[in-house]
Amino acid sequence: MSTTPTDLDALVAQKYRHGFVTDIESDTLPPGLDEDVIRLVSRKKGEPEFMLDWRLKAFRHWLTMREPDWAHLRIAPIDYQSISYYSAPKKKDGPKSLEEVDPKLLATYEKLGVPLHERARLAGVAVDAVFDSVSVATTFKDRLAKAGVIFCPFSDAARDHPELIERYLGSVVPHTDNYFAALNSAVFTDGSFVFVPKGVRCPMELSTYFRINAANTGQFERTLVVAEEGSHVSYLEGCTAPMRDENQLHAAVVELVAQADAQIKYSTVQNWYPGDENGVGGIYNFVTKRGECRGANSRISWTQVETGSAITWKYPSCILTGENSVGEFYSVALANHCQQADTGTKMIHIGRNTRSTIVSKGISAGRGQNTYRGLVKILPSAEGARNYTQCDSLLMGDRCGAHTFPYMEIKNPTAVVEHEATTSKIADDQLFYCRSRGISEEDAVNMIVNGFCKAVFKELPMEFAVEAQNLLAVSLEGAVG
Amino acid sequence: MLSIRDLHARIGERKILKGLNLEVGAGEVHAIMGPNGSGKSTLASVLAGREGYEVTNGRVEYLGQDLLAMEPEERARAGVFLAFQYPVEIPGVNNAYLLKAALNAVRRPRGLPELDAFEFLALVREKMKLMQMDESFLNRGVNEGFSGGEKKRNEILQMALLEPRLAVLDETDSGLDIDALRVVAAGVTSLRAPDRAIVLVTHYQRLLDYIEPDFVHVLSDGQILKSGDRTLALELEKRGYDWVRQEAKVA
Repeated sequence: MSTTPTDLDALVAQKYRHGFVTDIESDTLPPGLDEDVIRLVSRKKGEPEFMLDWRLKAFRHWLTMREPDWAHLRIAPIDYQSISYYSAPKKKDGPKSLEEVDPKLLATYEKLGVPLHERARLAGVAVDAVFDSVSVATTFKDRLAKAGVIFCPFSDAARDHPELIERYLGSVVPHTDNYFAALNSAVFTDGSFVFVPKGVRCPMELSTYFRINAANTGQFERTLVVAEEGSHVSYLEGCTAPMRDENQLHAAVVELVAQADAQIKYSTVQNWYPGDENGVGGIYNFVTKRGECRGANSRISWTQVETGSAITWKYPSCILTGENSVGEFYSVALANHCQQADTGTKMIHIGRNTRSTIVSKGISAGRGQNTYRGLVKILPSAEGARNYTQCDSLLMGDRCGAHTFPYMEIKNPTAVVEHEATTSKIADDQLFYCRSRGISEEDAVNMIVNGFCKAVFKELPMEFAVEAQNLLAVSLEGAVG
Repeated sequence: MLSIRDLHARIGERKILKGLNLEVGAGEVHAIMGPNGSGKSTLASVLAGREGYEVTNGRVEYLGQDLLAMEPEERARAGVFLAFQYPVEIPGVNNAYLLKAALNAVRRPRGLPELDAFEFLALVREKMKLMQMDESFLNRGVNEGFSGGEKKRNEILQMALLEPRLAVLDETDSGLDIDALRVVAAGVTSLRAPDRAIVLVTHYQRLLDYIEPDFVHVLSDGQILKSGDRTLALELEKRGYDWVRQEAKVA
């Protein structure tokens, strides 16, 4: 049945579906990183002076730092000088509309099942599509503008709304935060900026599709979402990447700021190339995601479905500063083949009566290693804080691993913190039960895995939930003989 | 319909079935009785195709097909149904979802159209009435948090939905109180049909008070030692199993 080594070989043999490289002329910097490269990147983006200063500060700080080594990960050494830090699709004057976008680019989206123009229109989703490092298409800007919502490429925001960027950039994840965040601050080339003004409910789900495409180009995205008092916004982020042999570094930073009574929902489906069955290639995904519930009664909710990348190092976190603010983290992480995932969250309770919920579902298959790492920190000021953590691991086969590292620092005696954890093997009994009802083994595995992940999937926006289920099914295809 | 000849099976090194013979015809209800460890549940598991049981000898023919060569899901699609002694919990998987997937999986090879959500609901509601089950069962996880009796009812509900040709009920009476036993037995009895065979594996004869078998077999040490009609079950109830073994030895 599913858990015999032969069957797992079949699982492991499954190839990455979205593996292809689009041949588009790139305007790419030669590999290497120094202050001149940063100056060049900043100039290419047409940034104001304060941005360059900030980047250089970050770079100088980065030089004093060392790569973190505390995660339960085996990482081949990364040569930061062999990475090219800027790559832009060649453009004449820049596309004004989709018609002007390179058709090959659009074809790539088609292959990924993301027919940008159609899907965007039909689903009412505004897409700020990031292809390599420069945004090539932004839709629904007008409708959003009418509502007063700003949703644009980060570099546009730096030019058009410098006062907002200067005020919020680095206010949740400072340029000194950690090794990868510092590197990102120095060299990030694009990303998205969202600003939802006071009292506005964003009229549509905001969505970005990332795709890493040019060989040897590290991708450094920066996303900043600001929700002013009483506003609501839901942001969707989904990714696929082409197949390649070299390891690709990805070090993104996402910052969220929720003012009083504001709500931010940030959902991610991540499907980057995980490397082949022997662990060759695949994306290194070192991401810093953090939100601050700055105002009272605000809420930040992270939902992630992580099925890709060779290595995932990612802890979407919430700083609960405002009174009665709420932080949530719902996660499904899959580690198959030779994938390694060290992921979880930090919930920092500062304000009174702050509440947080953590639901983490880890699935390990093949020789995958899946680690949950979470911190619940209750500061002395956080009177009446509550946390509930549920952390479940599902193992498929006998060559994978699941690890759980829950940290708790409780500095206020009124806090109530609950932690539940389970580890289970996908039971032969469950599979046999389904099969004896006529259901194929593969359908049975999908059914059981989806059941296991249900608590997380129900937090995803509808279309995303369907996509996530399909993704899991594809990722586990061939898991059984 | 079902013909078992000289069946030998083992788990690891332990031989459990040692030359079992059984003929089951369409429309018949057979009860397999026997002491603990005699091989009753092994027989049920081998018929359904559970992993971990190695058949070392013998043949099982089902509707002219070599049953042992078929995968568990193929057996189900061909009309074999096993009601589990210990139905497993599948957290997060909606009971209705599993039932519908199972129903459509067995309908397809029978050339029947798949049921949509409405048709399915109508059908399952009707069957649930029969099993005196509350509709809330549909939206719960498969067997998740079900009591022993609820799990067994759920098994028979599945049988009622899937309409198998051959149903093997493994200790369906175990863990049931008398009311639940009546409901479950009534459900099974209502499923008796001329083209359907039912094999009841049971430890106690009390189930047979409610489901009258056409044949009763005593399984002991991996073989059928004695076969008879319903009166054999009553005799076993009175005298236990030892005398059957003694008789077999003498013979």
